[in-house]
Amino acid sequence: MTATEYVKTHGRETVAWYGGLGLLTMRVARNLTLPPSYLWLVAREIDIMGVRSLTVALSAAVFTGMVLALQSAVNMARFGTENYVGPVVAVSILRELGPVLTAILVGGKVASGITAELGSMKVTEQIDALRALGVNYIKKLVVPRLLAALVVFPLLVILTDGVGLLGGMVVMVFERNLDTFLYWNTIAYWVVVKDFLSGIAKGMVFGALVTLIGCYNGLVTEGGTEGLGRATTATVVQAAMAVIISDFFLTKLLLFLFW
Amino acid sequence: MATPPLVELHDVRKSYGQNEVLRGVSLALEKSTTLAVMGGSGAGKTVLLRIVDGLVRPTSGEVSLFGTRIDHMSEEAVLPLRRRAGFVFQSAALFDSLSVFENVAFPLREHTHLSLGEITDRVHRFLSLVGLPGVDDLLPAELSGGMKKRVGIARALVTEPEVVFFDEPTAGLDPTNARLVAELIAELRKGVCVTAIVVTHDIEFAEMVSDQMAILHQGRFAEVGTPAAVRASSNPDVRRFLAGELREN
Repeated sequence: MTATEYVKTHGRETVAWYGGLGLLTMRVARNLTLPPSYLWLVAREIDIMGVRSLTVALSAAVFTGMVLALQSAVNMARFGTENYVGPVVAVSILRELGPVLTAILVGGKVASGITAELGSMKVTEQIDALRALGVNYIKKLVVPRLLAALVVFPLLVILTDGVGLLGGMVVMVFERNLDTFLYWNTIAYWVVVKDFLSGIAKGMVFGALVTLIGCYNGLVTEGGTEGLGRATTATVVQAAMAVIISDFFLTKLLLFLFW
Repeated sequence: MATPPLVELHDVRKSYGQNEVLRGVSLALEKSTTLAVMGGSGAGKTVLLRIVDGLVRPTSGEVSLFGTRIDHMSEEAVLPLRRRAGFVFQSAALFDSLSVFENVAFPLREHTHLSLGEITDRVHRFLSLVGLPGVDDLLPAELSGGMKKRVGIARALVTEPEVVFFDEPTAGLDPTNARLVAELIAELRKGVCVTAIVVTHDIEFAEMVSDQMAILHQGRFAEVGTPAAVRASSNPDVRRFLAGELREN
């Protein structure tokens, strides 16, 4: 294959992937209002996505808060601003690290799981069986997962924010001997509600994005178990990349709208 | 006014890239008729059946199900029509995380407001009909190939559809199981499954269950008629197919 052919083939595949993802998003949006509601499936997905991801999300959050506080404290001490480590840690976690880490860690886990499940159903004709039985598979398989993600990811972001700040506090109080009240008072003084809300908004967008990527890659899986493996791996990479890239544009948008 | 055919295809073509699988297929399936579509491997039988149920869109041509054109319908719009039809997959396509009972009950739970007792009665009736009483709690992975096919048939029939599409119901089975499934379908024709399209490459099975037979060769029907007429056909492709000498390109 020549370089031109390679670029053409991969270019076509990339365009088809983005187009397919866009079309799926439109179909999901159209199906949101259609009956039936499958609320029990939404509840089940909230359990799978949220409750079973708590350990991963919170462990990452506490250590991120700790390392961030440690690095900030050591370096800010050189400028005599160690008292302001609290707000630095808080803004970093609330605006960026909370939603991004949650989306990458939990999102990767959730999205790859969705791809594996839907891809397996695809290659064993179970999705065709749903269609043949007159079941709206978008409504049954994709919509509940998306709705669950829109609930779970912001909640996980809130929890990781809280645990991350606590991790920072532990380091500042026990390692750097900062007063606990000073840590929280400086945070309360400098951090504003929109810092917190922008992280929540990002959590919702990232949750929707990784879920749709997981669903799309599962629904277009081809090539048996080998194809299923490829699809699952691709989902992990694409979900992480989607979070990192969209984070920049979301940050620009949120700063433009609410700063 | 005459009732329209339950299934009607007019000059249906289907291509995958450069590969033209169907090259102008037309058919009409009347009520209380069982049509066996036969042909060699790769003749396009399964694609044809999927087009009939709206699972695959044709490249061109007209497809009507229950008198409604479905070839340009959205997935959501064609769902109510699919609920009036049953589809038995070659692989059975059972939901692997659900038990046999849950698989058969699935369409009833999705589309009806029957009580649990009524669903249980109906599921047990159809599992008995396919010769599988007492397997409610088994998972698909615990079933033999023949049992899976029969559960697939029970799931397709449990809503008592107006027409049933069978995709190679005897393929991949040992002779005993193949005969059992064939006898079951022949038996069902007397009651719950009077209108059907059966895709198969098994001539004896096709003769056993059908009133009409069609031989698909190179994307077109080489012959359509009663089993006796097809047997007596002078079409060289049909003669070669019946003799087991026909190859698809």
